[in-house]
Amino acid sequence: MTTELIDPPARTGSAEAPRPLDTPVVLDVKDLRTHFLMPGGTVRAVDGVSYTLHRGRTLGIVGESGCGKSVTAQSVLGIVPRPGRNVGGTVTLTRRDGTNLELTSLDPRGKVIRSVRGNEIAYIFQEPMSALSPIHTIGHQITEVIRLHTGAKRDEARFRAETVMRQVGLPRPDAVLDRYPHQLSGGMRQRAVIGIALACNPGILIADEPTTALDVTTEAVILDLVRSLQKEGGMAIQFITHNLGVIAEIADEVVVMYMGRQVERAPVSQLFHAPQHPYTQALLRSMPRLGHRAHERLEAIQGMVPDPYDVPPGCAFHTRCRHYVPGTCDSPEYLEVSPRHWVRCSRAGEVA
Amino acid sequence: MAMNAPATGGPNPPGSSEDDLLVARDLKKWFPIRKGFWSRVVGHVKAVDGVSFNVRRGETLGLVGESGCGKTTTSRLVLRAYDPTGGTIHFKDRKLGWIDIPTARRSELRDIRRNVQMIFQDPYGSLNPRMTLREIIGEPLLVNGIASGSALQDRVAELLRLVGLHPEYMSRYPHAFSGGQRQRVGIARALALEPQLVVCDEPVSALDVSIQAQTLNLLEDLQGRLGLTYIFVAHDLSVVQHVSTRVAVMYVGRIVELAPTADLFFAPRHPYTEALLSAVPTPDPDHRGTRIFLAGEVPDASNPPTGCHFHPRCRYAVEACRTTVPPLVELAPGHQVACHRATELSLAGVVPGS
Ligand SMILES: Nc1ncnc2c1ncn2[C@@H]1O[C@H](COP(=O)(O)OP(=O)(O)OP(=O)(O)O)[C@@H](O)[C@H]1O
Ligand SMILES: Nc1ncnc2c1ncn2[C@@H]1O[C@H](COP(=O)(O)OP(=O)(O)OP(=O)(O)O)[C@@H](O)[C@H]1O
Ligand code: SF4
Ligand SMILES: [Mg+2]
Ligand SMILES: [Mg+2]
Repeated sequence: MTTELIDPPARTGSAEAPRPLDTPVVLDVKDLRTHFLMPGGTVRAVDGVSYTLHRGRTLGIVGESGCGKSVTAQSVLGIVPRPGRNVGGTVTLTRRDGTNLELTSLDPRGKVIRSVRGNEIAYIFQEPMSALSPIHTIGHQITEVIRLHTGAKRDEARFRAETVMRQVGLPRPDAVLDRYPHQLSGGMRQRAVIGIALACNPGILIADEPTTALDVTTEAVILDLVRSLQKEGGMAIQFITHNLGVIAEIADEVVVMYMGRQVERAPVSQLFHAPQHPYTQALLRSMPRLGHRAHERLEAIQGMVPDPYDVPPGCAFHTRCRHYVPGTCDSPEYLEVSPRHWVRCSRAGEVA
Repeated sequence: MAMNAPATGGPNPPGSSEDDLLVARDLKKWFPIRKGFWSRVVGHVKAVDGVSFNVRRGETLGLVGESGCGKTTTSRLVLRAYDPTGGTIHFKDRKLGWIDIPTARRSELRDIRRNVQMIFQDPYGSLNPRMTLREIIGEPLLVNGIASGSALQDRVAELLRLVGLHPEYMSRYPHAFSGGQRQRVGIARALALEPQLVVCDEPVSALDVSIQAQTLNLLEDLQGRLGLTYIFVAHDLSVVQHVSTRVAVMYVGRIVELAPTADLFFAPRHPYTEALLSAVPTPDPDHRGTRIFLAGEVPDASNPPTGCHFHPRCRYAVEACRTTVPPLVELAPGHQVACHRATELSLAGVVPGS
């Protein structure tokens, strides 16, 4: 017997053309600032971040661990943990009926913002356990959310819950719904949380590292699901992840953050092929690539991550930058170097 | 080095060789499914169902597979966080020699616990929110009477620096840190006692690629310096390829392929491994949409398919696959595969340097 009849799986899918970026803005974040006032000083976790989310498009957010990606997301939703405080900026949501709503001025515990959360903006927490109650079954938690947001009856909500759990690739959804979070594997919990977020057809999805606990085949299923829901309903997505392979797969545009600020924003293809900021360049170099020699030393960025209490003056990256020039790098501005490509680097254009 | 001290414990477990540190045989963990008022057991989730592998001293054994296939459960069995439903796990302790972990006595367990450490998948759940970093990282040192007072302080500072955190963070609580920073705290704690074996469950998935590179380099340095052995569970296959000496692929509670890293990635012999490799995202936005999907229903560990568990989703399945469980056999030196058609299929691996 031979196997000539079966072609090996090959990456045949033709590359998709980039989608136009200029769809209507549904979330406009301007100069957002969130600080943590700690006994030892102030952590400027988010320090002047601006970006827009567009209908039917995906904005990827990457950046150093601790640079403020999660706090940015939490600031948008008004759920920054204490002692964090939103100290500036605006977040304008364009609602389904076309009216605008500024979110930072709302009472974070009030009725209005609560109706926005989950309903119009769904948030997938970075750590699934922090979003799940250990004492209720998965099924109880998801049907509650569905009933709260859609007013569905119990049976109907249960049916919808099973459908969603099947969509996120959980085996035997009926059985999984009867289990408690600790009885699921890490990736199953993460999928349950994704299911809860998607159950109510949000207009905006903010997903914080939603696929880190998933194997690549399951991850492919989830990304595909998210993409097809986006195509159907025009969902705008803010996708936070460390995985540059996933960014390449799903993002239309990418924002790169470093120490509470944006250092670069570009259409995805531009970011991978012509990154302008030395931090972005270094990030792309430190990525391990499949098929390359094992045990080769990975190229980490030199130097230590600065203390968030003590952000270096001038360009925050200068202490680790191989292109730093004293006197030149004192106050880089965030400039548009080519259409839709912004960089905060005094030497942008000279370095590659 | 101290770890070559003569064994004083039990005899060498069958199937072990001189350089083995851990030998697992026919390991099983079934979780009961209970229903109704009387909590009657109505079935079992066969999370781990007959797994055998050796871990050699100084190597990194990668463990990969679909979400829910039993990787964390296997890790927890090694740590004796769970009692197995069946099987043995012999560990060659520095002092005690070969000990079967599931049946170890309490006094032996203390020693084993020092020498086998874990880095957890979920840094949020595994760090006590009421303890400062000094207490979290210093606890094992204190409990084992290794350091106290200012020596403890110094050691904690050293460990923090080792994982790229500022020693001044010592008096802060875990909530003041980002996900990636917390993960490094977990690594510092696991390394505090200079264990022989470290079970790493997704140790770098919460880290950005630069810190990830730093951490992987660090784990490799420590391995060289301290003679550490790792079991490394991860979903990012480029990371697994980078760090592993050998890789085991699991599917629904069983190992389906185990091979030296290069063989596994460049010349896989099991159809599931082939599917896994073809689903890796390419870090190039101009080639998106070219991932291969694994078709078919995701298997349920409480009611797995008959025969080869992979057969309903396998593009090469034949009748025998539906009826008979393929045994894990060695096809080439060190290359074990559980597939009826392994010798006749030629499967696609990763293209070198792509
Ligand atoms: N509850 C808190 N108390 C004090 N500081 C905090 C708190 N939460 C976050 N921070 C600080 O705010 C900064 C930004 O944290 P954030 O969680 O947004 O990082 P991140 O970019 O999401 O990182 P990661 O990729 O590791 O998840 C960090 O320096 C962190 O130490
Ligand atoms: N305490 C428990 N009680 C009941 N079932 C459990 C328990 N822990 C795990 N399981 C089940 O055992 C199976 C294997 O889980 P495990 O956590 O080992 O998977 P995993 O391979 O680590 O997955 P992931 O990649 O998602 O972390 C899953 O079906 C899970 O639901
Ligand atoms: S045994 Fe059969 S079903 Fe299983 S992987 Fe091999 S060919 Fe596929
Ligand atoms: Mg985060
Ligand atoms: Mg796991």
